[in-house]
Amino acid sequence: MTAPIATNQTILVVGGGISGMTAALEAAECGKQVLLVEKTPTLGGRTAQLYRYFPKMCHPTCGMEINLKRIRGNPNLRTMTMTQVVAVSGSRGDYKVTLKVSPRYVNENCTACGKCGEAVSAEVADAYNYGLSKVRAAYLPHVMAYPQRYVIDASIVGTPEGEKAKAACPVNAVDLDMKEETIEINVGAVVWATGWRPFDANKIQPYGYDRIANVITSVEFERLADPHGPTGGKLLRPSDGNPAKNVAFIQCAGSRDENYLRHCSRICCMASLKQTQYVREAWGDAGKSTIYYIDIRAIDRFEDFYANVWKDSTVSFVKSKVARIAENEANGNPVLHGVDTEGYHRYATEHDLVVLAVGMEPEVTGVKLPADIVMDSSNFIEGSKDGGMFGAGAASSPLDVNRAVQSATAASLKAIQVIHKNASTEAA
Amino acid sequence: MTATYKNDFLKEVEANVEDGQWVKMCMQCGVCAGSCPLGPHWQHSPQKIFMMIRAGKREEVLTSDSMWMCTSCYNCIVRCPRKLPITHIMHGLANYAHRLGLAPKGQPTREIAKLFWDNIVKTGRVNELKFSLAMYFKDGFGQGVKNAMAMQGIGLGLMKAKRLNPMEMLGGHTCKDKGGIHKMIAKAREIEDRRKGLSGH
Ligand SMILES: Cc1cc2nc3c(=O)[nH]c(=O)nc-3n(C[C@H](O)[C@H](O)[C@H](O)COP(=O)(O)OP(=O)(O)OC[C@H]3O[C@@H](n4cnc5c(N)ncnc54)[C@H](O)[C@@H]3O)c2cc1C
Ligand code: SF4
Ligand code: SF4
Ligand code: SF4
Ligand code: SF4
Repeated sequence: MTAPIATNQTILVVGGGISGMTAALEAAECGKQVLLVEKTPTLGGRTAQLYRYFPKMCHPTCGMEINLKRIRGNPNLRTMTMTQVVAVSGSRGDYKVTLKVSPRYVNENCTACGKCGEAVSAEVADAYNYGLSKVRAAYLPHVMAYPQRYVIDASIVGTPEGEKAKAACPVNAVDLDMKEETIEINVGAVVWATGWRPFDANKIQPYGYDRIANVITSVEFERLADPHGPTGGKLLRPSDGNPAKNVAFIQCAGSRDENYLRHCSRICCMASLKQTQYVREAWGDAGKSTIYYIDIRAIDRFEDFYANVWKDSTVSFVKSKVARIAENEANGNPVLHGVDTEGYHRYATEHDLVVLAVGMEPEVTGVKLPADIVMDSSNFIEGSKDGGMFGAGAASSPLDVNRAVQSATAASLKAIQVIHKNASTEAA
Repeated sequence: MTATYKNDFLKEVEANVEDGQWVKMCMQCGVCAGSCPLGPHWQHSPQKIFMMIRAGKREEVLTSDSMWMCTSCYNCIVRCPRKLPITHIMHGLANYAHRLGLAPKGQPTREIAKLFWDNIVKTGRVNELKFSLAMYFKDGFGQGVKNAMAMQGIGLGLMKAKRLNPMEMLGGHTCKDKGGIHKMIAKAREIEDRRKGLSGH
């Protein structure tokens, strides 16, 4: 692979989710040179893993399609997938960045015909479905993946399975000799749009996510509802595949808690309100959703969405943070124990399925970032002290898509200013 | 008539109860109430007590036996999302109610605490025999004999294992400098009272 051409006139965008794509496109459409690097095999980030978007309840594919069209049509923008930043040195206007590119084992010739996938029998956990299902070890990350190019999982390289994939390819796209590469580039400004990850629900021991099959997370519930998900879009519970009609949502699972995440993740109240409508969509009046909450935070104009869900007769609200979850061993139902705040009544309530509205944790938590980067007490990126690197989207704060896009546009403008300064000093 | 929100009692608690300044930090999530192993047996959970303090229910809180039910298991402290030192506040409230003479009469935890305190300050060491007997007889002579008979087996076992010495009845073992201990305790009380603004009362 050839190293992309980048100079101190180039803006580097790290992370190819909705925020990174937006920041990159805004700058590229202003005529700036942009390099967008993404660590997974595809652009799209976590929004591509949602079934529907609040507030309009549209499918994420439309937004994705528009962005991909803009990306394809823009010569100023280069993208690199399976690429991570390992080091940054230098300062505002003149950074040296070290990139690590992992092997995909499939080159540009790939037409995504799928023959390699049919040829192999080995399977790996499907990251797109948060590991709820398996996928062949030669796979396309998902239908909207960009680039539309297969990936050979490293686990079958050097095995007969890998050779099967290679033999099946009609256009000689499988290259099992690809190696990890390290590339050094020069850039003028960096936008960190590295996004978020769901808080590890195993850490909330009283909720038994690791012990009780029918306790799942909100991101997994998105996959259950999605026709491309592990159940083909049916709301079936993991323990026995029975319909999940009576669903409980537990808010602030990990957030607003000094033991886990200090911050309010800001989107999870809306996410659960939205997900009650998946239950309604699936079962009509026979569905039942119960939201256990401390307070509902549907910020500014989302209040309307909340008001409508409040009117829905299939949805009820219990003001209480659940203290613990037990399991009814006879039927696999989770039993929620707690005390409500409106009257201090003790309850022990059974549901078919429990969805933990897990918090958003910065994806870079635990990742070594350049020393100059300033983060808040929850590891959200504020920017660099030298004013040449910027946080954008969910990497900078727990944001919904709309606000993430606004934040990315703002970061892009700041990056453009750095590049402009470079250009004018060089011209002088 | 309009009800006005008064926080006099909250201020009183903040000024006088150990860790009382934490009460206002409670966000009423209910985790402590649902996690307390004694939950179903208390009249008011910690969550409810904190709300009652803010609502100015002074009499109801201070005369309640709820805080005396806390066994210091620390489950609530471990789980509270706001890290309130709930256990300590419970004991602080109990202690404050006791000082004011409002704590419920005959509440067993309170009685035992008093007996334990009186016992240990005498010599600087707990006299287990006297303490046990005082406990048996706290509800009168007849009940004391019944209690002692019921506990006989355990008492004999403890003696065999040399955990209980019948000779302790005659004075019992003490610290080397009993007078020093008494002075120390008096001084500590003086400092504590001054801290709580009780000196001269
Ligand atoms: C259950 C749930 C439901 C939601 N539903 C909605 C909804 O209905 N509507 C809505 O508006 N919002 C919703 N959200 C919020 C939404 O998911 C976020 O706003 C959105 O994902 C933010 O996009 P992003 O690009 O900032 O981050 P991400 O989507 O996380 O993208 C970050 C990208 O950066 C990449 N990356 C990370 N680290 C590196 C690195 N070191 N190097 C290179 N690349 C890296 C990642 O692989 C990823 O592709 C929901 C969130 C949850 C938890
Ligand atoms: S690698 Fe070859 S076989 Fe596999 S999808 Fe691409 S073109 Fe088809
Ligand atoms: S948005 Fe709602 S569920 Fe999420 S952390 Fe904030 S209050 Fe809790
Ligand atoms: S767990 Fe903490 S914040 Fe929640 S009700 Fe109890 S004291 Fe208040
Ligand atoms: S420490 Fe006291 S209040 Fe807290 S959970 Fe244990 S018994 Fe209940």
